Amino acid sequence: MAHGPATLADGWVKYASRWIFTTNHKDIGTLYLWFSFAMFILGGAFAMIIRAELFQPGMQLIEPEFFNQMTTMHGLVMVFGAIMPAFVGLANWLIPMMIGAPDMALPRMNNLSFWILPFAFAILVATLFMEGGGPNFGWTFYAPLSTTYAPDTVNYFIFGVHIMGASSIMGSINIIATVMNMRAPGMTYMKMPLFVWTWLITAFLLVAVMPVLAGAVTMMLMDINFGTSFFDAAGGGDPVLFQHVFWFFGHPEVYIIILPAFGVVSQIIPTFSRKPLFGYSSMVYATASIAFMSFIVWAHHMFTVGMPIAGELYFMYATMLIAVPTGVKVFNWITTMYKGALTYETPMLFSIAFVILFTFGGFTGLMLSIAAADMQYHDTYFVVAHFHYVMVAGAVFSGTAAVYYWLPKWCGKMYDETMGKVQFWIAFIGFNIAFMPQHFLGLAGMPRRYADYGLQFADWNMVSSIGAFMYGAAQILFLFNVIRTITHGKPVNDPQVWEGAEGLEWTVDTPAPYHTFEKPPEVK
Amino acid sequence: METSHRTLLAKLLAMAVAMFLFAIFVLPPLYDLFCEITGIGGRTDGVYEAVEVRVDTSRQVEVQFVAANNAQMPWEFYPMEHRVVVHPGESRAVNFFAHNTTGEDMVAQAIPNVLPNNAADYFLKTACFCFDNQPLAAGEQAELGLVFILDPDLPDNVNTVTLSYTLFDITDRAAVAIAQQ
Repeated sequence: MAHGPATLADGWVKYASRWIFTTNHKDIGTLYLWFSFAMFILGGAFAMIIRAELFQPGMQLIEPEFFNQMTTMHGLVMVFGAIMPAFVGLANWLIPMMIGAPDMALPRMNNLSFWILPFAFAILVATLFMEGGGPNFGWTFYAPLSTTYAPDTVNYFIFGVHIMGASSIMGSINIIATVMNMRAPGMTYMKMPLFVWTWLITAFLLVAVMPVLAGAVTMMLMDINFGTSFFDAAGGGDPVLFQHVFWFFGHPEVYIIILPAFGVVSQIIPTFSRKPLFGYSSMVYATASIAFMSFIVWAHHMFTVGMPIAGELYFMYATMLIAVPTGVKVFNWITTMYKGALTYETPMLFSIAFVILFTFGGFTGLMLSIAAADMQYHDTYFVVAHFHYVMVAGAVFSGTAAVYYWLPKWCGKMYDETMGKVQFWIAFIGFNIAFMPQHFLGLAGMPRRYADYGLQFADWNMVSSIGAFMYGAAQILFLFNVIRTITHGKPVNDPQVWEGAEGLEWTVDTPAPYHTFEKPPEVK
Repeated sequence: METSHRTLLAKLLAMAVAMFLFAIFVLPPLYDLFCEITGIGGRTDGVYEAVEVRVDTSRQVEVQFVAANNAQMPWEFYPMEHRVVVHPGESRAVNFFAHNTTGEDMVAQAIPNVLPNNAADYFLKTACFCFDNQPLAAGEQAELGLVFILDPDLPDNVNTVTLSYTLFDITDRAAVAIAQQ
């Protein structure tokens, strides 16, 4: 080893330079994770503002225009700033250690793909302080709301989306190159841990659809500034085209968010069940088929645009078909736990909650996939409840599980189990109190994205807000627990950390040295 | 950088660029083509050259006209006849009234839409003000003409066809086009 990483003892200039110029996959993984947590807190703060305003009917705290900016920014920051970078961070930390590679394949691009992200979000968040306010057209930014009727700051939004798209594409290319070219001898594709598999497939999805998002915002940019009319009916364009292009990106995007989460729980559940994952190869094929199908179902987000009946039926049946590979996965997780020697450490609790709540969200997804019924559910709180069940209880719960699971390996210290469990129960109960009532609100007809609502929706909204505040509080506890682990955690020296854990990352020292697998390990 | 990384990087970058170009240059024309084939969106075709066809006097179809202004369009705009009854194959002329109520010269564009969707392909226009943009000076009024024929092959279950026009203000866009010429 030439030299260790600079620490604060070397002076802050050296310490800052280490992080700014780092090409180490562990450093970059850490940067991604901290950045995504910061964005998670920011997006969470926006959500708290939304729920505070919706605590009671009538306008209490903020202007409706600002409310629209909050719903938009909450969605954008959470999807592109919190969840996606969190999983890229996990990929950076774990993929080289899981496949026995010394680092990522393209370390300098890795540095670039992280360091442009803070600029993208600085640009996006700065629009809130500009004249005209930030983006207010919903995170799906449908034209013409985001073109003809958008605030002038929409150009900053477009620029920000371009940068974060470039970052995602570079990150994905790096992951693909690492997985395809840098596996240790003997590490065949079908021996890779499932987290690596799900990320490999996710990375291909990202390379395929992030450019489509870039295309969509580029067309918006041209419509707004250069007189084209892709989405403007006055010039022969069609606003519905925007929805098609957006969801051609957007539907694979939801699997981009959830597939790495599948990978995480597929690592954690076998560990705490002390059994190998049930149906490994069916998991791989299920992941691949979900990824393929994500490209052919996009219009189920737009059943109400006036598609011909044949289109509605096609997209309805194709969507329902996705429940099959997803069901295979849920079956495999449950079967892995069946007759296992289960223990309920914090990562396992979050993983089990993931399986239960994600399945619940999957069922409401099936309800939404019924084209005829969707006419009623469309754009109501039922949809909001559905996608928070799959995104929060799916992606965020699994991300939390991942942090608790690998944190001892990363920093060599054990987190506080009691605090972790307390956090879990507050998060689990708070989450359900926040989002379960939103199903009822949606079925009763409360539309999403409004700053006010009719009196008949008052009680459940108050309940929902209380749950949201609880869930928010749990995240503060999470932050506190992680920082406390790093500063005061009980040292762990056993490379294994968890007795039932399998995989190459558990064969290196704890805490993981700055450089691992400089000589490739033998994989039998 | 190792060669294996370099070739993979080149391939993946090419894939990303191809998807970007696909989104901008392939998806929109593909969507238009799809709408044209299926008649989704109620789009009607361009100028129709009238040919001798049999007028199906055994059948009557009601054609309704709707006129709407896009937001921010201040003109007065309405059909002078709200509904006519025609035989398929028969050519019929109707007029729309437009009045620029503002104190400025403006240019408008009307965008047609036909309901039900499966009638769009059978609504043939031999002349229409929607084929051109419509400049009106400040305070000027005009009668805008439309001549149409319903194709005798119009599906049997269609008894009423609604043609709607939405009038858009394209003054800025037209000014740019003139400046560029």
